Amino acid sequence: MSEHKGVWVFSENYDLMLELLAGGSPLAANCKTELAAVLIGSGVESKADDIIRHGSDKVFVVDNSCLKNFQIDTYLKALTSLITDNKPEIILIGSTKNGKELASRLAARLETGCTPDCSQLTINKEGQLITKRIVYSGNAVVTATYRKKPQIATVPLRTFEKLEPKERSGKIMKVEVEVGEPKLEVVGVNRLEVADVKIEEARIVVCGGRGIEKKEDFKSLEELAQLLGGQVSNTRPLAEDRKWFTGWVGLSGKKIKPTLYIGCGISGMIQHVAGMRDSQIVVALNKDPEAAIFEVADYVIVGDLYEIVPAIVEALKKELKNI
Amino acid sequence: MPRIIVCLKQAIDVSQLKADPSTRRLITDGVSRKISDFDKNALEEAVRLKEKLGGEVITVTASVEDAKTSIREALAMGADKGYLIIDEALQNSDTLATSTVLAEAVKKTGQFDLILCGEASIDGFSAQVGPRLAELLKIPVITYARKISFEDNIVTVEKVLEDRYETVKTKTPAIVTVTKEINEPRIPSLMAIMKASKKEIVTWRLADIGVLPEKVGETGSGVKIVDVSAPKVERKKVVIEGENPAEIAEKLVKKLIQDGVVGR
Repeated sequence: MSEHKGVWVFSENYDLMLELLAGGSPLAANCKTELAAVLIGSGVESKADDIIRHGSDKVFVVDNSCLKNFQIDTYLKALTSLITDNKPEIILIGSTKNGKELASRLAARLETGCTPDCSQLTINKEGQLITKRIVYSGNAVVTATYRKKPQIATVPLRTFEKLEPKERSGKIMKVEVEVGEPKLEVVGVNRLEVADVKIEEARIVVCGGRGIEKKEDFKSLEELAQLLGGQVSNTRPLAEDRKWFTGWVGLSGKKIKPTLYIGCGISGMIQHVAGMRDSQIVVALNKDPEAAIFEVADYVIVGDLYEIVPAIVEALKKELKNI
Repeated sequence: MPRIIVCLKQAIDVSQLKADPSTRRLITDGVSRKISDFDKNALEEAVRLKEKLGGEVITVTASVEDAKTSIREALAMGADKGYLIIDEALQNSDTLATSTVLAEAVKKTGQFDLILCGEASIDGFSAQVGPRLAELLKIPVITYARKISFEDNIVTVEKVLEDRYETVKTKTPAIVTVTKEINEPRIPSLMAIMKASKKEIVTWRLADIGVLPEKVGETGSGVKIVDVSAPKVERKKVVIEGENPAEIAEKLVKKLIQDGVVGR
């Protein structure tokens, strides 16, 4: 097991890969080893310097015209052969949907363990990776370690903040790998509704739940969100049962961590809380004083959202003028 | 006519979980088990494909404890036959060990065209078993399906990603993992439940499928659980009250400005 050395990061999402470097950097320091990034694509070599500026000691560049578009089968083959040749001890992979599939299949090929969606990564006295992640719809935190190497973990967007870029030296290793044939054929790509995307990146989210009677009533939530420079979202029943929207915040939907979350007419089912629990400040507004959402709120308002939301809009307009 | 295998996990019924109000610790004892939600969607989809194309639907479950009630429910929903791999050695198996067991069980059940799994389980939510199984069986996998069609040994899937959906196709045999939005699982009729009691559930031990005990449980797992505890909730829980909505709103806005989350 001791022959494994190095902390590696990979994500097909470039920003997420830079965040992984921030997460991997203290691990590499703790293990007294190198931090390396794997850059795969076509014509991507020019990005290697930027990756080094963001904390990587080494960049493996797999530049091949057949790897122009991210494709799990071909990227997996490239990654597997790189890892088999170089034997890193820790591999962090960006927890996108495709990244999770990639990590699972990589772990299967290397006959090792993989911990998904980690929120915290540390090294114990024995030099092993310790991960923390949420399970049971947000009701428990599991701390885990590994019995085999390499130790693979996936990490969601915005778990770590990118390091400040600075000039530093690093090695760029150009690698040739055999590129496999993709087993899948993509015959079409369609964008999902704009309203449903990028909610993860919103700084402020105003979220509506079953307490909202009609879809039109979302207008006042939208006004509030717009005033705050944020976005609106909703709970699962509004999408799945009432069919008002296609996406939602929750365990099976989007996981958000805005600086401010305002929940309107949301009871706070554990499945929803799993999607918003990492918000910095939580405001909860509900008629029912016993609503579970109040347990995870910084500011609790018991009242009618149809009165309070417009009042907040008015109060904000007044205050924002004074600033 | 396709032969479809559905992998069913007997998961903790997360909606029944409660935390102890004083300690905030999770109470898992006595919490009921059920077929994991997304696996039920996978089963429903398999049964719909069978209703359209004919063929056979079988289910495979690996479990430490008896899962016959769950499998009986699957049979009532329309599966033709259930396989249960039950062995105490499976205790504390991670996805590496579980996928090894499922792969060997699937091989023993014979030829198949499609394997359907839920995108993830409702308790662990790791989303690994489907993709891992594909690697062990050396067949293609398409994850996160919201629509599946099957024709002439080609499976075509609408795969949902963060900002788009892709229409993807591959040759069978293949594995597809499904999302919750793909369908609404049926509630079996009384007639279907009665019919299901006559369907067969085959029970295997690990030895029956040729899996050595050291390949499962803690020794066969890649991940070792160190601790499970309730998450810390560190919220202020400040109740904002007032004579009228306007007063409440003003107080809230002042707090948010103080916290630096509004007005920057």
